[in-house]
Amino acid sequence: MVSPLAHKLLRDLWRMKGQAMAIGMVIAVGVGMLVMMQGLVTSLNDTRSTYYERYRLAEVFAPVTRAPERLVTRLAAIEGVSAVEPRVVGAALIDVADFDLPVQAQAVSLPDLRAPRLNDVFLTDGRMIDSDHSDEILLLQAFAKAHDLNPGDRINATMNGARRNFQIVGLAQSPEFLYTTAPGELIPDDARFGVIWMSRSALAAAYDMDGAFNEALLSLSRGANDAAVLDAVDRILDPYGGTGAYPLADQSSNQLVSEEISGLEAAAVGVPPIFLAVAAFLLYIVINRMVQSEREEIGLMKAFGYTNGEVGAHYFKLVMAIAAGGALAGCLMGIAGGRALIQVYVAYFKFPFLVFGLDPASFVIGVSVSILAASAGGLFVLRSVFVLTPAAAMRAPAPADYSRTGAIGHTINRMLDQPSRMVLRRITRQPGRMAGAMIGIACGMALSVSMITIYAGFDRTIDLTFNVVDRSDVTVSFTHAASEATIFELRRMEGVTLVEPVRHVPAVLRNGLATHRGVVSGLAPDQRLSRALDSDLRPIALDGGGIVLSTALATKLDIAPGDMLTVEVRTGRQPVLEIPVTSVAESLLGAPSYMDLTALNRALREPNRVSGAYLSIDEAYATDIYTALQNMPSVAGVSLKSQAEVAFQTLMNTGAGAIRYVMGAIAFVITFGIVYNAARIAYAERSRDLASLRVIGFTRGEAAFVLLGELAIVTLIALPIGSIFGYYLSFGIADGFSTELYQIPAIFDPASYGFAAMVVIGAAVASGWLVKRDIDRAELVSALKTRE
Amino acid sequence: MTKNAFSTKGVTKVYGEGRSAVHALRGVDLDIPEGEIVVLLGPSGSGKSTLLNIIGGLDRATDGDAFFQDQNLSDMSDRQLTMYRRDHVGFVFQFYNLMPSLTARENVELVTEIARDPMDPDEALAMVGLRERVDHFPAQLSGGEQQRVAIARAVAKNPTVLFCDEPTGALDSQTGRAVLNVLKDVNEKLGATVLIVTHAASQAAMADRVIHFADGGIREVIVNDKKLTPEEIEW
Ligand SMILES: Nc1ncnc2c1ncn2[C@@H]1O[C@H](COP(=O)(O)OP(=O)(O)OP(=O)(O)O)[C@@H](O)[C@H]1O
Ligand SMILES: [Mg+2]
Repeated sequence: MVSPLAHKLLRDLWRMKGQAMAIGMVIAVGVGMLVMMQGLVTSLNDTRSTYYERYRLAEVFAPVTRAPERLVTRLAAIEGVSAVEPRVVGAALIDVADFDLPVQAQAVSLPDLRAPRLNDVFLTDGRMIDSDHSDEILLLQAFAKAHDLNPGDRINATMNGARRNFQIVGLAQSPEFLYTTAPGELIPDDARFGVIWMSRSALAAAYDMDGAFNEALLSLSRGANDAAVLDAVDRILDPYGGTGAYPLADQSSNQLVSEEISGLEAAAVGVPPIFLAVAAFLLYIVINRMVQSEREEIGLMKAFGYTNGEVGAHYFKLVMAIAAGGALAGCLMGIAGGRALIQVYVAYFKFPFLVFGLDPASFVIGVSVSILAASAGGLFVLRSVFVLTPAAAMRAPAPADYSRTGAIGHTINRMLDQPSRMVLRRITRQPGRMAGAMIGIACGMALSVSMITIYAGFDRTIDLTFNVVDRSDVTVSFTHAASEATIFELRRMEGVTLVEPVRHVPAVLRNGLATHRGVVSGLAPDQRLSRALDSDLRPIALDGGGIVLSTALATKLDIAPGDMLTVEVRTGRQPVLEIPVTSVAESLLGAPSYMDLTALNRALREPNRVSGAYLSIDEAYATDIYTALQNMPSVAGVSLKSQAEVAFQTLMNTGAGAIRYVMGAIAFVITFGIVYNAARIAYAERSRDLASLRVIGFTRGEAAFVLLGELAIVTLIALPIGSIFGYYLSFGIADGFSTELYQIPAIFDPASYGFAAMVVIGAAVASGWLVKRDIDRAELVSALKTRE
Repeated sequence: MTKNAFSTKGVTKVYGEGRSAVHALRGVDLDIPEGEIVVLLGPSGSGKSTLLNIIGGLDRATDGDAFFQDQNLSDMSDRQLTMYRRDHVGFVFQFYNLMPSLTARENVELVTEIARDPMDPDEALAMVGLRERVDHFPAQLSGGEQQRVAIARAVAKNPTVLFCDEPTGALDSQTGRAVLNVLKDVNEKLGATVLIVTHAASQAAMADRVIHFADGGIREVIVNDKKLTPEEIEW
């Protein structure tokens, strides 16, 4: 025999299916998001490391000016090194039909006649190069795609000053070049940086590297001492112009991939718990009210001699059914969502295959959080019911005490019609219940506000980066640190309105154990195009010999103005400098650091050197200027800010940042679930009253008004409160979306608040309409007969 | 002398506090011998339901002692009270109090499931003439039918004591008599002590003892020597 309580359980669930589903849905999306995000991160990490392993990506990169081949044996003999692959790399310029300017590229050698021991490539189209034909190349697939180049096509490229014609025989992907960023730029862009693979012999000929290499790739054996290996490599290569071996962690493509994945990870760790907490809190409120409305049944069971434990277990099961059902659906949704999303990211990261992984911890966390919240909600209420004697719990439909209506005031009272009075009295007389609904809706508002503000935060990052910090139109970088005369040459060009020099110096910044491998930028005082700005966006004076760090960098290095920073320069004489930090600059992109140009050059003992320039130009002369730049031998690359801005926008809309749209959608689902729930509960609690109103002659509209008026007032009160919650919530969410590459500020953006309010009001109207439909359909007689 | 099923000493019940306090019971002293049928009569609001709730273990007295056999209900823990209700007490509530989401049979099963020696739920429903309606939900039953389900539910556990708060209030004379016969059977066959609250003074004729209630206290207790059968009662 199935126990009658089991019947009751199932029928109760069926009766409140709409509400149960709304709660379940809120839990499901909260849990689903957690599972989805964790699965996404796990899968991406697994895929990345599998990709790296399969294509034998080096663990140490050692650039050198020119090292004889025989050093390879010495490098291989270093303790902890398992393989060494010497290669030749060089800067190149590729002519492409669709750009005015040639595109910068890196030429990379592949061994003749054998597969590379390290940094293998994945051939996507065509065939491998034949080392007998020195004009055969492989081209990076993403770059080829961006310019519609295919195997069989020929391209012109300039290498080491000589212009040559090559035949593309194949397209390739490589774990080394998942992201490509032109030198001196931060934002990866497939179209503006190419990679050419060609045979070692052909490339050595082009760069005058016969019998020599200018980069050594190393892999390490398990348990190797990385720092010791790096030191040993540096000792061997130093006499040959080694600029410092660096680990994979500092390799630029890997760094960007890591940042994107950790961006997702931060969002995965930071944002879903907020959603889940909101869902859990909502669950608590709903269960609370649900059990409250079952008072009579609880009293009755107790009267028959059911123990508190038995009664509790019954409601516990009911709550669990909803919570567990929601959590389970959430896990499934999370898996499905993760699978769909991972495809997008695999394409985005250009992984040639996918290793799909799930993080079991996320299931456990998601399910237990929802179940805990549900139990807490249930137990809390049951406890208050348990202390009642059965007689009190069962007291026949106790009319709520509306006797203390003084609060409303007689004058106002007289001005209102009867239904309005009912709405007002209920709100003033049952503030607890109203507060529950109100806080629930406020949470929905908070989620919406904070998510929408984040969208504005992304826009702000772009605006600040491209219109405030950097106001130039064109950035030029030179092949070598050029003399300041080059700057004068640029100034003389027609149509160039302003030229400001810059010197980027590669360096490792160190404060105690915290290190950052990056670039120190030397700027002239009173720069107007590219500037260091303080938090009020006022220019920071770069006087004296101090260094100004961006906020992200100061945080990463855990350093404050006044402290001394160690700067290990990785160019020229490679001096190690101790420089005081003078202030912290606002920057939402990258982790720049600034010094006064003259002071920087003095510290390097290389006066009057610049590595690039910022230009402001007159658009009318753009083409002429590009041609002139192209003909300047000292110019290595030219980048247009408009292109960089587009690339940045693309990055934020397709990378880790894109997840904000998914989360925004989830926030909306939760908001709707919350508001709909509030409406459903109000209806459930009042269906008898509403039927009574109808019986004594109120129209459907008037009866609905009593209910919906209440919902409307609660929603309106919830909006400002939710805005305040949302304001604080947005800091947490903005943090979750900030990566090392870019920071997303939590800003107060009135339009976002307005939009979020519209979302909540929209949800309220839709819920109201759904409930109103039920009111219209409700059968008077059965509504009167059944208690709720 | 027969043992008492119940006795009370100075039982009072006050609802609320201060000026708005309601004195529902004002010191009730009462002895109810085992195995009797007792009828409580009294005007509305005189405290009958309140007394039933207290000796039925549903509520606690504000003051005074209420004994079941020789156990003091006032001293019992919540758990002991629960066990007392589970093992001994059958209730028919004034407002029926059926579970709306359970059918007639399931409402009875709700009680038989935890009882020590229950009847078959269908049999209990047949006794009140609802054999055909066992699968109906309360919302599908008339008021009187709901009341009869409530009675079947109370007798189905074969209780030691049976409390009926206006068990025939919504019934016509024929079903009313049938219900009273069920109560009489439970009393005679199981030796259950039966307490019936009613407004129909004529029903006092079938009781062993009639208690007149007024204003939170006992006005008069009449021992009835000439018990009538339900069939003989005027309706
Ligand atoms: N929870 C309560 N709070 C305040 N007063 C109460 C409460 N329950 C009952 N009362 C009051 O106690 C008194 C006795 O109530 P009780 O229900 O025992 O009356 P009754 O004799 O059963 O009446 P009826 O024949 O109408 O059922 C009444 O005045 C009632 O208003
Ligand atoms: Mg009563």
